[in-house]
Amino acid sequence: MSSAQIEIQLIASLVAIACAIPGTFLVLRKMAMISDAISHSILPGIVIGFFITHDLNSPVLIVLAALTGIITVILVEWIQKTGLVKEDTAIGLVFPALFSIGVILIAKNANDVHLDVDAVLLGELAFAPFDRLLIAGTDVGPKSMWVVGSILLVTISLLIAFFKELKVSTFDAGLSASLGFSPVVIHYGLMTVSSVTTVGAFDAVGAILVVALMIAPAASAYLLTTDLKKMLILAVSFGVFSAISGYWFAHWLDASISGSITTMLGLLFLMVYLFAPTKGLIAVVYREKQQRTEVSLLTFLLHLKNHNEEEERHVNHLREHINWQKVRAKTVLELALKNNMIVIDESIVSLTKKGDAFTSKAIDYIITNEDSQIEDMKDDFFLFRG
Amino acid sequence: MKKNIAVKVDDLTVAYNYKPVLWDIDLEIPEGVLMAIVGPNGAGKSTLIKSILGILKPIAGSVSIYGKSYEKQRSLVAYVPQKGSVDWDFPTTALDVVMMGTYGSLGWIKRPRQKEKKQALEALEKVGMLPFKGRQISQLSGGQQQRIFLARALVQNASIYFMDEPFQGVDATTEIAIINILKELRKAGKTVIVVHHDLQTVPEYFDWVTFLNVKKIATGPVKDIFNDDNLTKTYGINYKVSIQE
Repeated sequence: MSSAQIEIQLIASLVAIACAIPGTFLVLRKMAMISDAISHSILPGIVIGFFITHDLNSPVLIVLAALTGIITVILVEWIQKTGLVKEDTAIGLVFPALFSIGVILIAKNANDVHLDVDAVLLGELAFAPFDRLLIAGTDVGPKSMWVVGSILLVTISLLIAFFKELKVSTFDAGLSASLGFSPVVIHYGLMTVSSVTTVGAFDAVGAILVVALMIAPAASAYLLTTDLKKMLILAVSFGVFSAISGYWFAHWLDASISGSITTMLGLLFLMVYLFAPTKGLIAVVYREKQQRTEVSLLTFLLHLKNHNEEEERHVNHLREHINWQKVRAKTVLELALKNNMIVIDESIVSLTKKGDAFTSKAIDYIITNEDSQIEDMKDDFFLFRG
Repeated sequence: MKKNIAVKVDDLTVAYNYKPVLWDIDLEIPEGVLMAIVGPNGAGKSTLIKSILGILKPIAGSVSIYGKSYEKQRSLVAYVPQKGSVDWDFPTTALDVVMMGTYGSLGWIKRPRQKEKKQALEALEKVGMLPFKGRQISQLSGGQQQRIFLARALVQNASIYFMDEPFQGVDATTEIAIINILKELRKAGKTVIVVHHDLQTVPEYFDWVTFLNVKKIATGPVKDIFNDDNLTKTYGINYKVSIQE
């Protein structure tokens, strides 16, 4: 690996971490679309900053762009507050308007400078190592690495300092307000961090990938854990994984790095979506099938409990009277037999003691809906886990 | 004997988009009562609580807790929001939610430590939820979620408790468990204010009641003012409630 390759992967990873942290909270606050809005509408801020400083890595750019990010959020909330349109409509109105101002400013004034719409939308990570930061004549590395690194450092410090405040205001804004942690202050704090991160990442990966890096790792992590800290760690790991694997994917394809990283993020989410142990698609389908079988089993057991007459308890009767498919009847019979809930004597089905007790308990649960009675049943049956 | 006034509301008017939802409310809540706020949907019951707690800004009027502004008396007040106001899919556990009750006394930046954890575990024990401390909150039943919310308020160790429909969507056992805890709080000299829907249980559960429908209709001891006249004034129809003796 050349040093440029290492630097590109390092920058991509730093960007991924810096995005995953605010991204996690945006996902939990159901504000993913706001990051899309911010990433586009900071363009005029960047363009104006660029005209003033002629330097894409100048702090002035970051301040101005972050300011436009905050203005976006304020405008969206303001339009929403009129009650005339919903939040998604407000977002759809605000960011194209601001973005278009940026596009026009670039087209009118920046023909002779290095800033074009392509670079803004897609970024160009491959060129990042060429723009070096010199301190007293010494090369200390690519400029964007220092910019993103500093932003990340601030983000992590803020996260550690205000983790509890972020958590409580995200989970329960009402409680947060009554405890004295103003949800408005925390909201705008998060929006500021999101805006600044977007600007810092923007140069390296472009407006579209910034959104992917904020939302995809957090959304994947959300499907895998029920603990906020673990969700943050997972989101960060997913981001870094996609950044590095995306880089090598691009290397192999000889294609855009930012495009490849986004592809990896998409693939990663797809995998998690399919295979996540409890919330994944396959797990859900499997669980639903189990539940159907369990409901059938209960129906069957209840039927046995309610009928003493032999012709109602004949094996073939299942198909005729309860009107089940052959396969299902077989599954249910086998499940009941396996759990020692029934015995079959000359094709006549009877409940065992265990089956009888289980049925009574289950019915009790369904009628009274009391959790304490079925705690011990939860391990055996999906039905009672919801 | 004149009781201390725990909560005093003066000329409170709250509006959403210039449409008043609470109009010129004057209210005095004496210390040590277990009070129900009743009224039809849209009467402003939750709004009243949220305004007292500074979550909503009124367009007129003022609120005081033991004679001082809410901001100065925050530590004396605990709040249980409506269960539906939060996302129960949030990645956190029962214990962690209860710990949030300790955040107020910690203030900004400081983190909860062993002491706070111990308090949270005690509160969980009190509401009978200790066995569920590690469970993700979406895996709890509606009644259990409400108990978690109650435990979170208990951990605040406040003097005044505000609860927004704590009996909504809970089973009978939980309802009894909750009301017993509320009665215990009153016995300990605390003031408890509950937004309540089930008029039948008002005389059984509460000793103080406020009728609200945008304006204040009446407030006072249940035995004096919980009658058909006030119910009719509040609900607008000819209301008859059979009060169990």
